[in-house]
Formats: sequence, structure tokens, C-alpha cells
Amino acid sequence: MRKLPDIATTRISSKTAKHDSAHMHVSGTATYIDDRPDMAGQLHAGFGLSSQAHAQIISMDLEAVRNSPGVVMVVTADDIPGHKDIGPVYPGDMLLADGKVDYVGQPVFAVAATSHLAAKKAAQKATIKYQPLTPVLGINQAMQEESFLRPEHVMHKGDANRAIAEAPRRLEGTMSNGAQEHFYLEGQVASVVPLEDNQFHVYTSSQHPSEVQKLVAEVLGIPLNKVVADVRRMGGGFGGKETQAAGPACTAALLAYKTGRPVKFRIDRLQDMMSTGKRHPFRQSYRAGFDNQGILKGIEIEVAGDGGYSPDLTDAIVDRAMFHSDNAYYLDNAIVTGHRCRTNTASNTAFRGFGGPQGMLVIERAMDDIARATGLDPLDVRLNNLYGIGERNVTHYHQTVEHNVLPELMARLEKRSEYRKRRQQITAFNRGSPVLKKGLSMTPVKFGISFTAKHLNQAGALVHIYTDGSIQVNHGGTEMGQGLYVKIAQVVAHEFGVGLEQVQVTSTRTDKVPNTSPTAASSGSDLNGKAAQDACQKIRDRLIKFAAEHYQEEPENIVFSDAHVHMKERSIPFVELIQAAYFNRVSLSSSGFYSTPEIHYDREKAQGRPFYYFSCGASVSEVLVDTLTGEYRVERADILHDVGRSLNPAIDRGQIEGGFIQGMGWMTTEEVVWDKEGKLLSNSPATYKIPTIEDLPTVFNVELFEQDNPEHTIYHSKATGEPPLMLSISVWSAIRDAVSSLSDYRVSPDIDVPATPEKVLRAITKIKASDQTRALNKMETVHGVD
Amino acid sequence: MIRFLLNETLVELENTPSDTTILDYLRGNHSHKPDRKTGTKEGCCSGDCGACTVVIVEPKNDRLNYQTINACIALLPALNGKQLITVEDLAEGKTLHPVQQAMVDHHGSQCGFCTPGIIMSLFAFHHELPESRPEMTEALGGNLCRCTGYQPIVDAANEIAKLTPSDRFKHQEQETLQKLSALKSQLDNSAAGVFMPNSEQELADYLLKRPQARLLAGGTDLGLEVTQQLRELPALVTLTSVTELKEVTCSHQVLTIGSAATYRELEPLLASYFPDFARMLSRLGSQQIRNSGTIGGNIGNASPIGDTPPVLLALDAQIELRKGNNIRSLPLEDFYLGYKKTILEESEFIARIHIPLQSHQLKVYKLSKRYGDDISAVLAAINLELNDKGLVTKARVALGGMAEIPKRAMACEAALMGSPANPETLRQAQEAIRSEFQPLSDVRGSSDYRLQAACNLLERYFLEMSGHTARIIAHA
Repeated sequence: MRKLPDIATTRISSKTAKHDSAHMHVSGTATYIDDRPDMAGQLHAGFGLSSQAHAQIISMDLEAVRNSPGVVMVVTADDIPGHKDIGPVYPGDMLLADGKVDYVGQPVFAVAATSHLAAKKAAQKATIKYQPLTPVLGINQAMQEESFLRPEHVMHKGDANRAIAEAPRRLEGTMSNGAQEHFYLEGQVASVVPLEDNQFHVYTSSQHPSEVQKLVAEVLGIPLNKVVADVRRMGGGFGGKETQAAGPACTAALLAYKTGRPVKFRIDRLQDMMSTGKRHPFRQSYRAGFDNQGILKGIEIEVAGDGGYSPDLTDAIVDRAMFHSDNAYYLDNAIVTGHRCRTNTASNTAFRGFGGPQGMLVIERAMDDIARATGLDPLDVRLNNLYGIGERNVTHYHQTVEHNVLPELMARLEKRSEYRKRRQQITAFNRGSPVLKKGLSMTPVKFGISFTAKHLNQAGALVHIYTDGSIQVNHGGTEMGQGLYVKIAQVVAHEFGVGLEQVQVTSTRTDKVPNTSPTAASSGSDLNGKAAQDACQKIRDRLIKFAAEHYQEEPENIVFSDAHVHMKERSIPFVELIQAAYFNRVSLSSSGFYSTPEIHYDREKAQGRPFYYFSCGASVSEVLVDTLTGEYRVERADILHDVGRSLNPAIDRGQIEGGFIQGMGWMTTEEVVWDKEGKLLSNSPATYKIPTIEDLPTVFNVELFEQDNPEHTIYHSKATGEPPLMLSISVWSAIRDAVSSLSDYRVSPDIDVPATPEKVLRAITKIKASDQTRALNKMETVHGVD
Repeated sequence: MIRFLLNETLVELENTPSDTTILDYLRGNHSHKPDRKTGTKEGCCSGDCGACTVVIVEPKNDRLNYQTINACIALLPALNGKQLITVEDLAEGKTLHPVQQAMVDHHGSQCGFCTPGIIMSLFAFHHELPESRPEMTEALGGNLCRCTGYQPIVDAANEIAKLTPSDRFKHQEQETLQKLSALKSQLDNSAAGVFMPNSEQELADYLLKRPQARLLAGGTDLGLEVTQQLRELPALVTLTSVTELKEVTCSHQVLTIGSAATYRELEPLLASYFPDFARMLSRLGSQQIRNSGTIGGNIGNASPIGDTPPVLLALDAQIELRKGNNIRSLPLEDFYLGYKKTILEESEFIARIHIPLQSHQLKVYKLSKRYGDDISAVLAAINLELNDKGLVTKARVALGGMAEIPKRAMACEAALMGSPANPETLRQAQEAIRSEFQPLSDVRGSSDYRLQAACNLLERYFLEMSGHTARIIAHA
């Protein structure tokens, strides 16, 4: 196995390749779709949105829309020549509402006008009459009314009920988490250019260009080979552009088809937040049996995800929540049930972690609850329950946890973060501080890597070498800021032993690499890196064969490095070999392909190996809570995260820091709020608060746990996209720890996610009024008298 | 005509409607001109994310003053007589500007969409005078980044903080000052859909003639009518060049603040008189908003969640209104009549705010879901005076976010008056708050939370009077 040269882990290093677009980002020259020049006849699209959560459309009067200045075309579901449904896996996602609306903000009709503003103004002029129907709002109502998108799924191992009944101690708890808005800085956008012979070029800000291509073709009723989807970069995705970028792309395509003119559709922030889905809210509950060391003997877990009005990816998201409801802990006897609720909101969708975070929350809550019940330090309860090495290592879906790095990783972080010392200091601080309370928590992450839909674990790439020795690579992955392009360029440069500047990664296009999977599930570099390597190796094998014959050398003596080809008798510049190969009619282009080995999952039996490997990490968060207002600050965070042999430490660090802060937002201030009629209230950054620079932990230590991935991933690296988000669970747990201090750590407070200051104050009020705390205060008073 | 320097080029806008935002102008969203400048991004179009941040330059004390604004909600008249610098203007050929290079070196961009705005905030930060340079986090608090988690941006900013500006802009400072000074002498006082008076008298006279004209000061709220409600504002009158309304003076124990003074201008001036007020201002909106938004706008907007009115109520501020040549002064509490309703008459405008400089014990508590750039769930401004027997001799408790207007808690004040500052008085004062306020539940907080928090903030005041000054939030 070839490896990249060792890469220094310092932040700034000449060996640490920068993001390929960095110099363009900082100078405003990186082109996003809305930055593309207008074409002759350019039109701009706008949506008319539903004002009702659930209703039949009785009539739609769009005359005023049509007559509005600048309007060229107005379309409804009736104007769609092909499929009206753009559901990615199961049916249910209507491109435009067809007689019925299922949430406030659902696109009902679309307009093409001569300017963005003209389209927006026109769309406001519709008169739509509705016959309201009763909406289902929230998980509780959906569970009560059995409003489901898909059947439930159950995973089980051993006899959970018996193990719980026979365990020395038992506990149960119920909690919930809210939605999370992606808040990609660049909103949903697409631009479609009609070409000759009914062909369409679709510029889309999508994590899944192949799906956009397919859905545009289906909506227009034309074959897939008529459509090219093209993605240079997204201004952020985070899962929000995996399926839901298709809506604006298909709508722009429909309007381009109808008008024969280029149509751009940029959805502004308010409509984006109203019309697109978010991270799934979940309700989680557990019933656990454990011993006096807090070690789980058996557990019953139930998770219910709110999928919104259509299936979208909810089935796989709830599955992943179930797969991760153990997080890093051996459950022994377990039964895990997952429900997929149907409610009248926008269709909730992929978001970094894809259900994993929601699953982990419940077991992390159980760990804290067990700690309060047993009086153990929550970290000890966690360490006692970790998956073992060689024993206690089979999950509730019967995958064996191999190469478990967490015992070592957590021990290292415990030491580096001085957890034990700080625990003592914090307990002492809290005794002497009546108003401000500190909390501390260390939580692990074990995140399964692979799409749980097996067929998606494949990738393609296309590599060309030109006669000046410059190399162009195209692959199925998309760039949304995560640095995939530079990682792929590094792979290609390494395979040919040339400098990074010799490699150009071009925009992701369905006509270069077909039938690609979404850039999702943290799989971008694992899959596409391997596919690019495969393409390079095919060309390299040809070059070696050619060089061996041409220069009369032994193939095993031919090495590509330093932009040269080294042979036993001679070394020639890379470009010289390329030109010689060209003159001798050797192909300098190849596709590459990769499919992840060994993975399988039998859904009937709920058994298998859905994950090729696990990416792990741990974090320690310290918070300071104001018991008068519920406000808090994250004072310090220490992270140690497993990246395998990092392809690019700077890029990986960026994923870890960014994922943690994004998760911290969800744990704290990012609250998605609807009114009683199902209308989204937190519909702009004025009312939906993602972290700012002022929320960064005062001390933020991030280190990479670099150790080769024993599996045959690209240069033994590990996926880093999603897992760090879940490191932020320690922030939530630390807030609960601080509040628990009010009861001298006897009560485990109920604080749902996000733990807004309001929820924290509510928990503080409750805990102050609880019997245990009152007894405690009484005791202290008595001691005071003594 | 609106005249300004776009980087180094003089731009004269004759027919472009004045309710066009700077962002739409730059990106050519309405004009479809071929020379669109698309480096500046639209993230939210509501002044909340900072992706559209650009820098406005104007002379100040014989130097150039660089200030960030949100181009998405700022309207074209804001440019009149100034220099506009956008992200495209920083690099010289292939050589990046030091702030750009620092961001590249520290891996400060991922998706890159927020980056142009961050670059411009860093650029303005770089050009701040060391003595008035804000905290780096304050300067960047209005720039949301969803990818990086900010650490690399902090690293870049820390590096920039060490540098002394020596870029093209610094080298050409005298030249630019001359250009701007020449430009100033050529300015018109009207352009398409806007009147830009140069004196208070001109303003007063114009408003008498055109009572329907909308006053444009910082535009941080008015701009939203254009971008969020798609309204057209065909008749604007700007306060930007009415220098009298920007003055802050102190005489006869009264601090007089011109209504067009921005939060950013006021912060250092207020710091010596009312430190808690000044600290709160550093958390009001973002730097971009603080650079534009004015105290008069915050008052006149009459929002129940404006942050300065409760503070001014707690300080017994008087408000000076002017209509034509008629001037009247009244206590601020008489200004508010109901939700978004004020006593202001047609053609009348807020000229000044007068704050008596008496001894005070003002504390300001701003409570919001997020620490920075968030609207308050509750803002409490409390100002009590105690005599030497420990009895409350004067009580001002004013609350924002608790009623349809910024409001004094009269029953609470009554409960406090004449009573000793002890737990029993506190309890009665808290009960009074609960009896006289029925706040709304909304996205920022429930009614119960607001009530409980308001009561607890009064408790905090009592704690602080007795020396327990523990606050997490160092600011306000």
C-alpha cells in the first residue's frame, strides 16, 4: 500500500495543501451559480408558497401573477409534462402542489420573469382558495394518530426485557431534540440553459448531481442523456442540498422547457427556510437495567423521527438513528425501535450526522442519568460501558466493532484535558458560587462509515493527462467547502508523483462521470479518492508497460516521484514520458471505479455489517451557567478526533472545528419554532441563531488522533465530514451537569435539545423546587446551625 | 445625483432609484448590466449574516475612517460623497492583500460564501486606529460562517491585529482624502427619489413640504421594507449629512445626543457616563449594524424590543422633537402611545435626546438566546438610588420585550420606593412586575420566561448592590 509522505500536523505547513479555491474565496472570484453572467433572454424564477399546513386547493387565480410586470411564464403542477413527484427514494415530494398542500411554505406555483424582483413581486399576487384540513403537528400527535411515512423497524439482540427486569437497578427517561436549519450561506439555487435537440444544461448547487439530472429528465419526460447536471461548488450543503436542491433545479428546468429561455432560480433566505426541510426532530426514550458500576445489562430504546410531510430520506435517517443509539457503548441485551412520523411541515432531510446525532443523544442522556443514580462520575459510567476489545464488542445490529480506538483515545483525552483535576475544581467552585455554576462532560463519538443503502457505496472518476503533462481529474463527488477537491487532487498528484499545481480538478458533471452517488455520509474522499486512484493506476500501469518496452527497463524498477519517472538506467521528466507515450499511441485517459467491500445488512433480520468501519472521537466541554437567566458560555472544549492517516490535516481539522461548532449551535441556541398553525416562526437569521464568532469556546484545543485505518481505505485515512458534529453532545451534557450541581449531582435534569437559556432556566427552577434539592438545602442549614 | 468613489473610480448615479440596495447595485440584480461585481454575496438580505459586508470610507479627523456595513439593506444614498470598497478591490494583481493572505494561510475559508464579507470585516478591522479598535470578536460578530467554526478566522484576525496597515489604501490615503474632499464640494442635495439635506433647517423645511417622505438614517430597519416586504420607497430624505443631528454635547449637567448619532459613535462617548449603557451598545446588533444604525432610529422605530429606549427611560431622558421651526421636548415615556405608535406628528422628526447627568446606579441587562447579534428577549435597565439609611429614594425600572412598548415598571418602582433594599422588598417588587406585565410568547421566549427572567434580573441588581457581581456575560 502506497502512502502519502508523512504530513506535518502543524497548522501552517507547506506540506498541508490549502483549499484549492482559497485564493479565489478571499478575493471574491470563486464563482457560485448566482455569480454567473446572465445570458441573452435570461429569466428568473420565483415560487408561490402555500399559506396552509394542510388543505385542499379549491381554486387558484393566477391572472394577476401573469399580468404582473416582467412575467413571462407561470406554471402549476398541470404544466409538468413528466413526473410531478420528485421523491428521491419513495414517492411523495410534489414539485408543485397538486390539488392539495401539506405544509406552510410548500411551492404551489412558479413564475419566470425578467428579473428576480419581478418574479418575487408577481408571486405575491396569487389568489388561492383553500379548504383547510386538520394538520398533524409534532411527533406526539403523529404517534398518537399513528401518522407514519414508513413502517417501523426494530433491531434486537438478546433478551432486553428479561435483562432489564433482572438487573440490580433500573431507570427510564424520555427526551426530545428540535430540528436544525442547515443555514448554508448560499441558498438553494439552480440555473438551467436549454440547448439544441431538447437538451438541458443544469447548473445546480447540489450534493447529488446525478439525482438532479434524473429528476429533471423525469419532470420533463425526456431521457437522462438529454440532461447534464454541473456542480462547481456549493456555498455550503451540510445535507440540505442532498435531495432538496432538486426542487429549484427541476422548477427552473420546467420553466426553461416552457419558455425556451435560460432560467435561473435563486431562492431567497426566507423562502428557503420556509420551503425546505431541516434536521429531523426526534423524541427518544429508554428503559435501562444496569448494575452498581452503571454497566448496562439491558436496554429498550425507542426513537421517533419527524419526517415532515414526505418520506424523502427519513427511512434511512431513522435507521441511522437506531444504528447509533448505542453510540460507543456495549448494550448487551437490547431492543431498539424506530418510528418514522408524518407531520405537516416541510420534508425533513439529511443534515450532517443523518440521524446519528439524534440516536446518540438518548444513550448519552442515559449515561448521565445512570451516573446521577449511582453517584458515579459520568465519565466512569461512560468508560465502564465502552465497547470492549475482543469481547463485549457486538452491536445491537450484530456487527462486530473491530479496531476499537476509543479506550485509548478517551484515556489520552482524559489526561490531556485534565478531566479529573478539573472535575474536583469545578465541584469546589460550584459549592462556593451560588449564582454561577460550572459543568463538565466528556462524551465519545463512534460513527459508522458507509451509506446504509448499499448501492450508494460506489464511485467513479475520470482522469486525463494532456501532452504538457498537466492532469485533469473529474469525479463523482461535489465540493461544498469540505475540501474534497483538494484531497482528490492530492491523491492524483501522489499517484503520478507530481506537484499539486499540475492537477486540475474540474466541476462535477454527470456527462463526465455518470450515475454517481450523493456527496454525503462522510463518504466523499473514501469513495471518490479510491475511484480517482483506480483511474490513475490504470494509466500508470499503461505508462509503466510502455516505458518498460520503450526504454528497455524492468517494470518493477519504474517509480513516479518528484515530477519524474525514475528507472534503473535513467530518470526522465514526467512530461517527457507522457509525450513519448502520446507519440506511441498510448491512451492517457481513464475512468476509475470503486465499490466499498464487505458491507451488507439484512433488514428483515436486522443484522449485518452496514458499516465498513467507524470514525471515532471524544470531546470534553466545560460550561458556565447563570442560574438567574439560564444563559451560559462554553468556556473550554478539548477534542481528540480519529482521522486515520489524515489525507490533509488542515482540512480535517477544519471539519472537526466546524462540525463541533455547528453541533454546538444545535445543542444550544438554534431553535426551530413553529406556531400553532404549523407556520415556521424562526424563518430568518433574525430569529434563528446559529453560533457567531463570539460563541467560540474561550479555550478550544483540537488534536488529531492519527493512526492508520486498518481497513483498506484511501491511504488508510478515515472519513471526517459528519462525525465531529456529534462531539458537541458534550456541551449539552455539560450544561446538564452544571444544572445537576444544584442538587449536589443527585438529580439528572430534563433539558431537551436545544438547551436554550429558557429551557435551562426552566430546569434550574424545577431542580431548585425538587424534593432532593430541598432536602439538601435543609441539611446544609442544619449543618450551618451545628 | 448620487456621487461616490467605487474603489478609485468616480461613479455618478443619475437615474438609479434611491431605494436600490448597494448589494443589488453591485450585483446588477435590477439593471442586468454586464459589469456586475459579484464578489459581494447575498446570504440573507436582512442584515443578519454579513456575507454582503462592504466597507464605506469617509474622512474623519484628517484620516480615512473605514466602516463595515451590510450592503444588502443599505440603500444607495448611504454612498453619497464616500468611497465604497468591495472584496474585488483588495488584491493587487495576483498579490493578495495581507488580510486575504492571512485567511488563506490559516485555512479560514471552506465553502467560501461568507468569506468576502469576512475579508471586508477584517479589512476594516485592519484599518481601525489601535486606540479605537474594537475587540476582534466584536468586529467579526456580524459575519456568520457555517463551515469553519471560526477558529481559523480568529487565528487570521490575531495575525492581522499585529500588522500596521501599509497597503495601497494607506499609501494613497492623502490622495483619497483629497478626492473625497473634492467630491464633497460637488455633491447635490437630491437624486432620484431622495432629498439629502445638509442642515437641520433644510430637513425641517423639506419635511413640511413633503410629509410623506420617509426618513432614512442608518436604514437598518427601513432597508428591510425594501428587501423583505418588497416595498418601494419613492421619496426618501436622508439624515447622513445633517451634521447637527450627529453631535453629542454636554452642558449644564445634561448630555445631548443628536438623533442621527450611530451606536458605534455613541459607544465610546457614553462609556464615561454610563458604562453599562455603552457595554450594552457593543452587543446591539452587529458591527455592521452599529456602524449604520442610529439612536434616533431605535427610538422612532418604536419597537417593543429596541434596546436603547428602556435604558433612556431608566435615565429620565427627554426627547426633543422638531416640526418646521416648532420644537418640543417631552419625557421619553410620553413618546410611546402603543405598539409601534408614537406621538410623532406628520412632518415632525426626532432631533435630540437629552439625558440628565445626575448620579445614578444604572445597570443594564440584555438577555437574548444568542450572546451576539441577537434581539433581546428581555432588556432590563434598572437605576435605583438609596439613602444613607438604605432606603430606596428613587427607582427606575424599565423593561424591553415585556409589553407592546418599551415601558417603565411603575408598580415595581412604587414597591421599591421608600423601602429598604432587602429580600422582602425584592420579593414585593418582583410580584409587582408579575402583576403589571403580561408579555407575549414568541420565537425569542415564552411569556413565563420573560416574566421570570425580568424578576431574576431585578434580583441580580440587588445582588450586585450587595457586592455579588457574578455575571457570565461580561458585557451588559
